[in-house]
Amino acid sequence: MSDLARDFGSFEELAMPLFAKLYNFAYWLMQDRAAAEDLVQETYMKALRGFSSFQQGTNFRAWMYKILRNTFLTTKAGLKAGSFVSFDSDDDKLSEPTAAGTPESVLLARVEVETIQSALEKLPVKFREIILLCDLEEMSYQEIADTLSIPPGTVMSRLSRARKALRALLTAKLQVESQ
Amino acid sequence: MSCDAWRDKLDTYVDGDPSQGDLANLEAHLRTCPSCAADALDRMRIKRITQVAAATRYAPSPQFRLRIEKSIQKRGKQVWTFTWIRVAAAAVALVLILTSVVLWTQHSVRQQTLAELLDLHVATMASANPVDVISTDRHTVKPWFQGKIPFTFNLPELQNSPFKLVGGRVMYLKHYAGAQLLFELRNHRLSVFIIQDQPGLVPLAMGVTTTRQMAFNLETWSEGGLRYVVVGDAAPEDIHQLSELLRVAGHS
Repeated sequence: MSDLARDFGSFEELAMPLFAKLYNFAYWLMQDRAAAEDLVQETYMKALRGFSSFQQGTNFRAWMYKILRNTFLTTKAGLKAGSFVSFDSDDDKLSEPTAAGTPESVLLARVEVETIQSALEKLPVKFREIILLCDLEEMSYQEIADTLSIPPGTVMSRLSRARKALRALLTAKLQVESQ
Repeated sequence: MSCDAWRDKLDTYVDGDPSQGDLANLEAHLRTCPSCAADALDRMRIKRITQVAAATRYAPSPQFRLRIEKSIQKRGKQVWTFTWIRVAAAAVALVLILTSVVLWTQHSVRQQTLAELLDLHVATMASANPVDVISTDRHTVKPWFQGKIPFTFNLPELQNSPFKLVGGRVMYLKHYAGAQLLFELRNHRLSVFIIQDQPGLVPLAMGVTTTRQMAFNLETWSEGGLRYVVVGDAAPEDIHQLSELLRVAGHS
């Protein structure tokens, strides 16, 4: 078998196991089935074309997510998401973490899957993607940094803000439901 | 350290990514601080439910998966085919270049050889003693070459033709000995060169070739391992007529 044929074979072996997860991640970003399919298809074609430049032994999963995420940023939804400014600024107006025994903590104890799904959909894309990469894909901070092309320190601060925003949305929703 | 400072580290604790020093101190603090411990539990719970909520949300259709798999395989075949086309194109180009070089080289050698024979003819015309054996009788001229050149040849009967044999001499082309015969046609003098058909000497192995060089007309052909070249300032038809006579004689 030629090197070229082996390349395509090994690409398929590495990339297809990630297919369902990449699609799920793409859908979370695009919030539309057809747009998510287009995004995944373009990601796979770009990855295939650039597979020869992928360094064997490095993190293939992070490489694929990075291609998907960079492709997303060129879509209409991605450009809109990119117009959000200063996610990582210190000018944080979000609520502080809750303490034990507070009404917020009591409310959060009632969080269910549907509530989280609804809150995630309302989150800005940059918060949504970092929560998904960390909590869903269980990537390390370094992997997230590689995928999003940001320093690990920024991963930690952005993740902290994303979670505060998520908790604020959950609390607000649960408060409305409890009234 | 205040609880606020510890809470800043809770995310790394929940995500399993704290430094070793932080981990031990944080766990010690959580054992003594119910507020921070409750916060850590909230975060863990939200993280766990987020994982479930996000993971089960969207699944690709089997048709879409199939489409992607086919795209990868098709793309692989396209690149493979394209690569072969490029290799084949490069091979064809190489063959064309090599053929061109060979043909150009052959043409160059041929031109050089013909020019050399032409020079010999011109030098013979200018010479006071153009031939070494002077005779109109072919049975005198042909035997004269015996022992002087490494081959023999036949001369035509010229009684009923406009041509007259003048004589002959030994000539050399690229160190190979050959025969130069001189004929007369009215006021024209024609040289006939007969040499061994060495590979590369006059690369016109097949068929009869007529050409015009420096206003002289030439006809050349190969037969029986010998190369014949007829050259002179007569018309191409006359050159051809003498050539035909020589070819007929060669067959007899």
